[in-house]
Order: sequence, then structure tokens, then C-alpha cells
Amino acid sequence: MIQLLVHEKADNVGVATVDIKTGEAAQGLYMDSQESFEIKTLHDIPLGHKIALTDIAVDASVIKYGADIGRVVAEIKGGEHVHTQNLKTRRW
Amino acid sequence: MSNPKVMAYRRENGRVGIRNHVIILPLDDLSNSACEKVAFNTKGCKALPHAYGRLQFGEDLQLFFRTLIGTGANPNVAAVVVIGIEPEWTNIIVDGIAETGKPVTGFSIERHGEIKTVEMASWKAKEYMHWASELKREECDLSEIWVSTKCGESDTTSGLASNPTVGNAFDKLVGMGATCSFGETSEITGAEMVCKERAATPEVADQFMATFNKYQDMIDRNKTDDLSGSQPTKGNIAGGLTTIEEKAFGNLQKIGKTINYVGVLDKAEAPTGKGLWYMDTSSAAAEAVTLWAAAGFVAHLFPTGQGNIIGNPIEPVIKLTANPRTASDMKEHIDYDCSSILKGEMTLDESGDNLMEMLMRTCNGRLTAQEVLGHEEFVLTKLYESA
Repeated sequence: MIQLLVHEKADNVGVATVDIKTGEAAQGLYMDSQESFEIKTLHDIPLGHKIALTDIAVDASVIKYGADIGRVVAEIKGGEHVHTQNLKTRRW
Repeated sequence: MSNPKVMAYRRENGRVGIRNHVIILPLDDLSNSACEKVAFNTKGCKALPHAYGRLQFGEDLQLFFRTLIGTGANPNVAAVVVIGIEPEWTNIIVDGIAETGKPVTGFSIERHGEIKTVEMASWKAKEYMHWASELKREECDLSEIWVSTKCGESDTTSGLASNPTVGNAFDKLVGMGATCSFGETSEITGAEMVCKERAATPEVADQFMATFNKYQDMIDRNKTDDLSGSQPTKGNIAGGLTTIEEKAFGNLQKIGKTINYVGVLDKAEAPTGKGLWYMDTSSAAAEAVTLWAAAGFVAHLFPTGQGNIIGNPIEPVIKLTANPRTASDMKEHIDYDCSSILKGEMTLDESGDNLMEMLMRTCNGRLTAQEVLGHEEFVLTKLYESA
């Protein structure tokens, strides 16, 4: 069963399509290539929330839709929950 | 292959509507009460109370007149009774609506009092109801249905599935020669360069950027913080959306993959030809849909993530969601559930076809969830203080 979807191959985050528990080997799918993968989660990821696919350093960009959706403000490890605690807008 | 057909109302000016409303339109806040009394006396017609219409001036007044005239002129409206406190501005609205050729009559309260005005207007509304009730639907081409879109209470499921479903339907509708529109200027922030590239010509791209920059300047002038408390909204954040950029890229999924916008419209301005049009609107749902209705759009596609329940009194709002939780715990608000895309059980192309099917059923007379639940948010956009 698919538990997370990734818009494009270039993205470094995916989106949970069900609630995922800490430590699960979650089943992912790239929507563009239809390629599947597995990732171990380090946090609970609620449905609709983002999970990091790789480590992402402070000041680097979170990439979704193949585009920069904001600046990392606290170091992110692959498998962690990505949201307002570690990602901020570059606008406003 | 010929386009699908729907049964709809062809109006005096040739435009096609999918509803047959007789509306009682107040010129101003003072006339809401009389309009509601007329609508109570005369079953089947609809009063559209609102908060404005006094001491407005300049560009704000022009937008106000354009919105009221456009609402009355919308092909989903068969006939209009206008009531205002005084005759001069009332007649501006009446004359504007009359250009469509549809029946419209104005009444003013000064020198009559409200009771006498309600009596006179009720007689006219009764006459219009009898007349409108005998109008017949006739076969019309689906491409004659003007369709607008905006999303609300978006979450990441909107960008993954419900917005691309609208995009797929827009690709198909514009491909068959329909007139469609999107907008939400502030919610393109972060994806404006991608939106600019979707303009049909360099001139249209420049017009879009000028509109976008003007809106950004307005936000910069008035903001007291970084706006992250309002955009994304609390509902967006609860749903997993983090930044305005993320919301913007999700938002733009609604304009599909193959179509370009042919022009930029001011608020409540009617398009002058077929194709996809950008309209400068707020991202607030009721304000934006009211502007599209006033521009002549007759059906609205509204993807939601967390469950925005907005409606409009004259332009049916078809609501879809890809969020399985919303499709379940807010199901009375949802016309089309596309959450099976997230499970990999349906393609976007199939989902676009399903949405087109729901659009056609709505054109043929199926009431939307919002219509049955009585959600009739009629909200005028105001540009600045009254004098």
C-alpha cells in the first residue's frame, strides 16, 4: 500500500497519504516516474504532512514540485517530519 | 468529435446559464431589509443582501457598480428587481443589467417608504417568477458554459490530486473552446515566474506581472508581520502546507498542463473571448467567487483539502476533495470525492473525466452540495474606505 507520494524525482520531500507511525518502513511512489521506494520514518507523519527523503542542511531549500518552497531553519534528517518547525518561507 | 451537450437556459444576449434565478438586488445596505421582505412575499426568488453601496467613490465605486450590474447580468439570472434608497444609483444598476435584454425593474425607497416599496416590488417579483418559471432549458454546447476555479482550505492533497483534477478538466474544457478563469493573486506568491510563463503572449505576461506586483505592493503597505499567520491559513498548516510557495505551486496545478491564459481581467471584468483567463482576485473564497459570478461565470470548480464550505447565491460551486478524511467527516459539503487518486486507484485523467461528468450533471440541473445546504455567500470586494 502506498503511504507517501513524491511529485517529482528532483524533490527532497514526499507527502504522507495516510497517517504514518515512527519507525515504519513507509512505501513511497514518485508520481512522475511511477518508481517506488521505501523510507524509514523518524517521526509520526500525519496524513498530508511532509517527510524528508534526504538530510537537508540549514539554509538549503526544500524542493517540492521540482521547485524551491522555502528555506530550512533547523537541520533536517531523512525520515523526519518537515513543517513550520524547520521550514520557513523565503517571501514576506 | 463534437462536444458534449447540456440542457441549459439561453438568455436574450445569447449567453448560456445553468440556473434560472429571479433575484432581488439591493443597491445599498439600507435596502437589504426591503429586498428580504420581497423575497419572503414572493416564493422562489432570492434576495442578495450585502454590506455596501453608500458613499463609495472612485475606483472602488466603479468596482461596486461593475459587481452589482454583473451579478444581475449573469446568465444564471432570468430577471432582476433592484431596490435602492434613491433612484439615481439604482437606475445605474438597472440600466447596466438592461443591456443584456433581460427583464429588470428598479424601485427606490425615498418618497415611498419601505412598506409601499415592498408592495410595488413584490408585484413585479411575482410577475417575473411566473414568467421565469415557464422558460425552458434547451440543448447547448458544453463549451458555452463559462467555468471559474479557485481552491480553499487547501492542504497537500489539493496539490497532489484535487487541483490537478481541475487542471485536467480545464485542459479538456479549453481544448473544446470553452471560457475558463483562475485567479487568487496573492496565492501565486512564490510561483509567479511559473505563472508568468503560462501567458499566451509576452504582453499578457507583462500584464500579469504588473497585476501581481501591484497586489504585492498592497500587501507590503498594509502588513504588520510576515503574513505567515494568514497565508498559509491555520487550516492550510493543519493540513501539512508549510509555506506560501508550497501553496502557490499546488494552486497552479488547477490550470492544467497544456493551456495558456489569453488575457488578464480586472476584478469582476467579463472576458472578451474564449480560452483561459487570469482574473485579479483576492484569495478569500466568497469574495473571489462573487467576482467571477459578476464577470459572467456560471459554474465554479472548487477543490478543497481541509474542507472549505463556501457557496454562492447565483454561481453553483462544485466542491471536490482528495483528502479522504474530509470526504468522510465533511461529506455533506463534497460533490466529488477524488481521494482514490492518493491510493493509486485512479489516474488524473480519469478523475478529470469524472469532474467533467459532475459539471455536466450540474449544468443539467443537479443541485450542488452548497446549493442544497443553502450556502449563499455574496461578498463584495471593497478597495478602500468610503468617503
